[in-house]
Amino acid sequence: MRIADLIMEKILLNRVHLENSRSIEVYLAHEGYEGLKKALAMTPKEVTEEVKKSNLRGRGGAGFPAAMKWGFAAADPNTPKYLLCNADEGEPGTCKDRQIMEGDPHELIEGMIIAGYAFGAEFGYIYLRAEYPRLVGILETAIAEAGEKGFLGRGILGSDFNFTIRVHRGAGAYICGEETALIESIEGKRGQSRIKPPFPVNVGVFGKPTVVNNVETLSNVSHILRKGGKWFAGIGPEKCPGTRIVSLSGHVERPGYYELPMGVTFREVIYEHGGGIRDGKALKAFIPGGASAPCLTSQHLDVKMDYDSVAAAGSMLGSSALMVMDETTCMVKVAERLTRFFVHESCGKCTPCREGTDWLLKLLQRIEGGQGKEGDLDLLGEICDNISGKTFCPLGEGALGPVRGTLKYFEEEYREHLRLKGCPLKAGIGNS
Amino acid sequence: MQGTMTAKFSEEMLKRIEEILKRYATKRAAVLPVLYLAQKEFGCINDTALAAVSRALKISRADVYGLATFYSMFHEEPLGRNVIFLCDNLACTLLGAESLRDHLEKKLDIRMGETTADGRFTLKNAECLGACGQAPVMLVNDDFYEGLTEARIDEVLEKYK
Ligand SMILES: Cc1cc2nc3c(=O)[nH]c(=O)nc-3n(C[C@H](O)[C@H](O)[C@H](O)COP(=O)(O)O)c2cc1C
Ligand code: SF4
Ligand code: FES
Repeated sequence: MRIADLIMEKILLNRVHLENSRSIEVYLAHEGYEGLKKALAMTPKEVTEEVKKSNLRGRGGAGFPAAMKWGFAAADPNTPKYLLCNADEGEPGTCKDRQIMEGDPHELIEGMIIAGYAFGAEFGYIYLRAEYPRLVGILETAIAEAGEKGFLGRGILGSDFNFTIRVHRGAGAYICGEETALIESIEGKRGQSRIKPPFPVNVGVFGKPTVVNNVETLSNVSHILRKGGKWFAGIGPEKCPGTRIVSLSGHVERPGYYELPMGVTFREVIYEHGGGIRDGKALKAFIPGGASAPCLTSQHLDVKMDYDSVAAAGSMLGSSALMVMDETTCMVKVAERLTRFFVHESCGKCTPCREGTDWLLKLLQRIEGGQGKEGDLDLLGEICDNISGKTFCPLGEGALGPVRGTLKYFEEEYREHLRLKGCPLKAGIGNS
Repeated sequence: MQGTMTAKFSEEMLKRIEEILKRYATKRAAVLPVLYLAQKEFGCINDTALAAVSRALKISRADVYGLATFYSMFHEEPLGRNVIFLCDNLACTLLGAESLRDHLEKKLDIRMGETTADGRFTLKNAECLGACGQAPVMLVNDDFYEGLTEARIDEVLEKYK
């Protein structure tokens, strides 16, 4: 039996199709704030234990166990503590957090309140990417509704727990999705990463213990409290349970977003849910986890969609942004397009990233444009090696994904560009 | 630079800034929301806006300038009445964003980054707008338009005067 058949219902997106799904009335009529009520009847430690049992891992990219992070922050004697919800959703290809916030904002808010209770936070911020202007109002309305019902503010539901949530709008910088840059940005500084340690759980925003969690991570929390950690741990792979909202884009028949159990294969996502490749064409490559993730090819279709399996296949699951490319796609162009993104987003603080990405782009443009020279491919590899492991923050490392992935599987296509002095795929990217 | 010595927010804006300051542990943390307000009040982040923000939050003007230039949502020149952000990251490019760019440039008779002579539109490219499942995509002011075609673009632009 397929895993997808084992779970009949969605978890995160089970309310978004209801009429007025954003309103607190609809939320309350569909188990809303039940998880919070349960949590408040437990001690904070017990709540963290329950989430630990669920084995919920962060959905922002790195897959770090949520309960462990909360435990570190709880153990720090410094107060007040802060919870920052990472809603920067900047990894190209990703459109999952928006679905939750737009369709079911209370799911996120309830999760934040429970998380705050679990590690003793008093203040929560939602760091929202600038490109989602309408969401500011949606989230602020939901926060106000929750306050009116006594789920936020002082003495929540008669307990002695106080918690507030504010929306903080970003201003257009991908690097601010990285947790230490996000913290700098909330403090009103340029969004440049900090050296770790100290880790945010000890010295975070305003110098206080801080947990940064992704929207999707936090949105699972109310369900875990409501139905139990054991229930959640039973969905999908043991080491990485739960569901994942896949942002499916590119050359598939039915692009969009799909909530699927962790551990389904890419074949299932692309061919069953996505309806296969458009216009009956063949699959050429797919990127499993956003722009930083090296591409994979048809030989990887049976890889399972969870952090460990995708890492073992030589890429990363990241934000589960699955971008699919058909046989007409020029892979040099793909690398060029994604590298352009990293050049634009490099914060400029360290030389290998600032200069290196720029060089990569120049080379890729020259090869794609037919002016590539013998030796350019070696040069690409060399520049990658000179960036790798030498940058201040993980953005520099991420910038290598597109080049390394395409070079690994499509070196021959690069060589053809050099031989033909131009792109061998006449149709080119996006012209089909 | 003349005039910036007295550059100030209106009374109404100052009240809003007071409200914003309550949300943060430090004054400095209010700078992004206040820059957004300044951009609204002064049309862009020009010398007057920089001076007003600097005065309101007690941060040096150079410091505010450093921030305004780091974040791509702030601009030093006034933009058109309506701002179009056309996504040209991978998912949108795979589904034809480049030809939509050509179409928009031709239709509006401007290049990326420019504003039409009548001030009606500014055209900008965007890096992944977070709507890749409905690519190709553009954001006009605060609203998303997804699954774009040339015809759909023509239709949408009519709505903005
Ligand atoms: C360059 C860069 C960009 C990132 N962008 C995001 C983002 O947009 N959203 C997000 O949740 N995490 C992003 N992350 C990961 C965060 O640093 C952090 O690990 C995450 O928010 C932690 O939440 P989680 O434990 O719930 O996954 C990014 C990391 C890097 C290095
Ligand atoms: S790796 Fe790039 S983004 Fe990160 S600090 Fe260095 S220049 Fe900035
Ligand atoms: S690539 Fe265009 S919205 Fe993501």
